[in-house]
Amino acid sequence: MGTTINYSIAGDKTQNLNLMQKLGLTLGAISLFILLLTWLTGLTLTPNWLYLFILLFGFSAGPVLYAIGTYKGLPAGIKNNGVYFNSLTNRGALGWIGAIILTLFYVCLYWYGDWFGDGTGAKGANEGTVALFDPLSQFMRGAPADKWFLYGTFYTVAIVFLGVKFMYKYRKNRYHFIRTVVVMFSQLVLAYILPYVLEGLNATAGGYYSLNPVNAWPLNSDFLTGYRIDARIAPENQPLGVAYMVWGIILFLIVTPFVTYLVGKRWYCSWFCGCGGLAETAGDNFRHLSDKSIKAWKIERWLVHSIMVFVMLMTVAVMYSYFSKSEFKLMMYFPAWVGYSLLFGLLGLAVLLFLFLYFKGKGKSRNFMLVGAVIGMVMIISMLFSYLGNSSQAFGINSNTIKKGYGFFVGAIFSGIVGVGFYPLLGNRVWCRFGCPMAGYMGIIQRFKSRFRITTNGGQCISCGNCSTYCEQGIDVRAYAQKGQNIVRAACVGCGVCTSVCPRGVLKLENGPEEGRVNDNPIIIGHEGHPTLRR
Amino acid sequence: MEHVVIIGNGIAGVTAARHIRKKSDKRITIISSESKYFFSRTALMYVYMGHMRFEDIQPYENHFWKKNRIDLIEDYVDEVDFQSKTLKLLQTPPIHYDQLILATGSKPNKFGWKGQDFHGVQGLYSKKDLDLMEQNTRGISEAVLVGGGLIGVEMAEMLLSRNINVTFLIREKTFWGNALPESDSNFVTQHLNRHHGLTLLFEEELDEIIPDNSKRVKEIKTKSGKIIPCQFVGLAAGVSPNIDFLKKSELETDKGILVNPDLSTNQKDVYAIGDCAQFRTPINDRGPVEQVWYTGRMMGETVAQTIVGNKLNYQPSHWFNSAKFFDLEYQTYGRVWAKPKDNETSFIWKNDKEEVLLHFVFDKDSKEFKGINTFGLRLRHELFEKWLNEKATIQHVLKYLKTANFEPEFFKHFEKEIVESFNQEFDEKVELAPKKWWGKLMKDKV
Repeated sequence: MGTTINYSIAGDKTQNLNLMQKLGLTLGAISLFILLLTWLTGLTLTPNWLYLFILLFGFSAGPVLYAIGTYKGLPAGIKNNGVYFNSLTNRGALGWIGAIILTLFYVCLYWYGDWFGDGTGAKGANEGTVALFDPLSQFMRGAPADKWFLYGTFYTVAIVFLGVKFMYKYRKNRYHFIRTVVVMFSQLVLAYILPYVLEGLNATAGGYYSLNPVNAWPLNSDFLTGYRIDARIAPENQPLGVAYMVWGIILFLIVTPFVTYLVGKRWYCSWFCGCGGLAETAGDNFRHLSDKSIKAWKIERWLVHSIMVFVMLMTVAVMYSYFSKSEFKLMMYFPAWVGYSLLFGLLGLAVLLFLFLYFKGKGKSRNFMLVGAVIGMVMIISMLFSYLGNSSQAFGINSNTIKKGYGFFVGAIFSGIVGVGFYPLLGNRVWCRFGCPMAGYMGIIQRFKSRFRITTNGGQCISCGNCSTYCEQGIDVRAYAQKGQNIVRAACVGCGVCTSVCPRGVLKLENGPEEGRVNDNPIIIGHEGHPTLRR
Repeated sequence: MEHVVIIGNGIAGVTAARHIRKKSDKRITIISSESKYFFSRTALMYVYMGHMRFEDIQPYENHFWKKNRIDLIEDYVDEVDFQSKTLKLLQTPPIHYDQLILATGSKPNKFGWKGQDFHGVQGLYSKKDLDLMEQNTRGISEAVLVGGGLIGVEMAEMLLSRNINVTFLIREKTFWGNALPESDSNFVTQHLNRHHGLTLLFEEELDEIIPDNSKRVKEIKTKSGKIIPCQFVGLAAGVSPNIDFLKKSELETDKGILVNPDLSTNQKDVYAIGDCAQFRTPINDRGPVEQVWYTGRMMGETVAQTIVGNKLNYQPSHWFNSAKFFDLEYQTYGRVWAKPKDNETSFIWKNDKEEVLLHFVFDKDSKEFKGINTFGLRLRHELFEKWLNEKATIQHVLKYLKTANFEPEFFKHFEKEIVESFNQEFDEKVELAPKKWWGKLMKDKV
C-alpha cells in the first residue's frame, strides 16, 4: 500500500524529433556555440555583423521552429504533456545546466564584463561577444556596444521570439495573444528601441537617466536618486528630461494606483513590464516550478513587502541627501523649503495611508501596514533631527551606501541571478513574487482596493490542481476555487494561465464592482436547502 | 468524545470530514486502503500525462489533516460489525465507531468478458489502477478501449499523450450516446477524429481478449469478428459501487448501499454517501446511484450536517456537470436528455470551425428553459441556476446570453449569431441585451 511509482521515467518509447524540431535545435545550438566561444575565449569574430546575424537568428528562429515542430498538427489546446517527464522542465540535468549557464551569464554581466570583451581592446574597443554587437549598436545609437547593450538585445530577442512561441502554443486564445503582443511591443519599442534611439539623438548628453517610459518607480529604484534627477533637469537634456520626470511621477502617483484599481496589477506585471515579459515568454515552460505551500506564501509576504518598504525608505534617504543644501540643484528653480515640504508631505501621506490600511484591513497581513507606518514615522523623526542638526546623512547612514547595498543584493543577486538565472529551478516569477517592490506596491492596491478578481464558476471545480500547478506566482488557486471563492490575492499577476488550463471552465479573470469581490462565505451552489450553503 | 469513522477518502468522505470538523469537536478518523492523503480522482489522468505530479493532485498540504484533527489510517476494512460498532482492519487493531460513514466509491465494471483478467487488461478508477496502467503501458504502441464514455475518453487522451495508438470500441451508434443527444454526440466525435492515432469503432463490442504465452494481451476479437492487435485493453464501460466487503453483512444493499433521503442506511448510525450510495427512492429526475464528483461533494456536505445534529435530507438542486473531451470543454446546466422528453424541443447552434455547440432545451408551449449543453464555450453556473430556479423562458436566457458568457476576456463572441439564428428558426423577436455585470442580473427577478 502506498507505493509510489516514479512516473518520470515512464514514456520511455523514444520520441523521434521531426525535421522542424531538428532544424530549430541546430540553429539554437549554433547560436549557443557562438556565444560560448566568444564568451569563454574572448575571440573576436569578423565580420562581426555576419556572426551577430547568425547568433541572433539562431537565438530567435531556433526556439520558434522547435515550437512549431512540437505543436504543429495538434488541435489548439493545452500543451502540457510530459512537462514533468522532461529533464529541462522537471529540474533534471538539462534544467540544471540551463540554470548554471544563465547564472554564469549574469555573474559575468554584473561583475566580470571583461569576459564578454566589454571595452577590453585597444583604446577601449570591444572584443569577444560584445564586439559582435557593435554594428547594431552603431546603427541604433551611433556608439559602440557595451555589455548592457548586449544584454538588452538578448533580452528583447528572447521576449519577442519566445513570445511568438508562446502565442503559437496558446493559439486561439485571444487573451494570451493580445497580452503577448503588448508585452512584445512594450519590450521591443518602449524598453529597447526608443531608449537607444533617443540616446543616439543625444537625449542623455547632460547625464544618464532611464529612457524607458514604463520603467516605473519603485521598480526603477533609481528614479529619485539625486544624479538621476539632475540628469533630467540638466539644460542639455531638455525638453525630454523634464517630460520624463513629470511622466515618471504621474506614473507612480496616478497611473499605477488608478489602473491597478481598474484592472488589477496585471496591466503592468503581465502586459507592460520587462521582467514580467521575460517571465511570460522565455519563462513560460518553468511556471509550474513555483512553490505553492503556505510556508512559501508566508515568506513571500514578508520578503516582498520588506523590500518594498526598504526601497521606499532608501528613496527617501537619497532624496533627503539630495535636498540637503550641498547637492540641491533643483534650488536653481525652487527654494529648499519646497523640496523639504514635498518630502515630508509625501512621507506623512504614506504614513497616513499605512495607518488607514492597518485599521481598515483584515487578517494578519495588515501588520505589514503597521510596520510601514512605524518605519515612516521613524524616518520623519530621524530626518527632522538631522535637518535640525544640519547633517546631510539620513538616519546617520550615507544614503549612497544603502543604495549600493540594494544594487548588489536586490538588483543583481535577487532580480538577475535568482530571478532569471534560476528559472529552471525555482520557476519564472521568483523576482516578481518575492522581490519586486513595484509588485508589492500594486499588490496592496489589488488586495484592498481594486475591481479585479478571478471569479470561480459556481460549483464546477473538481479540485484537479492544474490551476495551482501552473500558477507562476505560487498561488494555491484550487484552495479558493474548490470552495467556490473568488481569488483575490496581492500576488496575482493576471497572466490568465489558470483559466486556460482549467479543464472545467471554472476560472475567469474579471473586473467588476467591489461589492462581493471577496466572498468569504461562498455558497457552493447545487444543493437546495443546505443551511450554511444556501441562505 | 464521539468517534466518527469514515471509510474512504475520496471527495465524499473528505468533504464530510471537513464539514463535521467545522461544526463540531468530534473525533474524526478516515480509513482508506487507496492512499494516505486525499487526492482528486478526476485528475489522475494528468499525472500519467505529465502535467502534474501525484502530490500536485492532492488538494490539501499534508499538515492540513493534523491541524484539523482528522486522523488518517491507511488500511483496508475487512469487516464491519454493526452490532458492536466495530471495524476489523487488515493490519490495524479493531476500531470502534459511534457513527460510521461509508464512502467507499466505485470500481470499474467487468462484464465477464472472456480474458478480462489477463495482464494488460484493466480499468481506471483508483490510484492503484493508475500505477498499474503506468506499468502496463510501458513501451507499448497499441491499445484498445472498451466503452464510449468519460473514463474511456480520458484513457484515450492519456494513451495518445504517450504516442500509443488507440482503437475505441463503442457499443452505441454515437459517442456517449446514453448521456448526449445525437447532435452533441456527433459533435464530440468530430472533435475526437481530429486527433491522430485514435480510431473510433461504433456499434462494436468486445468479444474476447486473446493472450500471448505469458498471459499478456496480444490482440482482441470484436463481436463482428475483427481482430485488433494490442498490448493493452482499457475497460471503461462504467463503474459500480465498491461494496463487496459489505455484501455478507446485515447492511441492506442492492447495486449500492441503500439509503434514505437523509443518507442513513438500515443500520443505526451508519450512513452511505457518494458513488457507493443508492437511493431507495430516486430524487426528482435523478438516477438512484450518482457517480459524479459534485454529487459526492454535496452528499458529504449533507451527511455532515446530520452528524452534527442538524438533520438534513439530500436535496440536490438543478443538475450540472462538466467534462473535457481532449481539447473540447463541455458544461451542462439543467437537463438535456439523450432522448427528449414529451413536450421538449431543442434549439441547437453550432460553429464547426470554432468548435462551439450550444444545445438549448425548452418547453414547446410554455417556452420554459429546461437545460443546456455547451461545448467549447464556457457559461456562468450561477445565472443558469437562477434561471432554472425561476423557470425563465428560453427567450429570457437568450436575451442575457452575453452576461452569462464565462469565456476569458477578448474571446470571440457568438451571441449575436446565436440569437439571430434562434429568431429565424422559431420566428421569434428576441433582442440581445448588452453585457451587464452579472452580479446585477442575479438581483433582478426574471
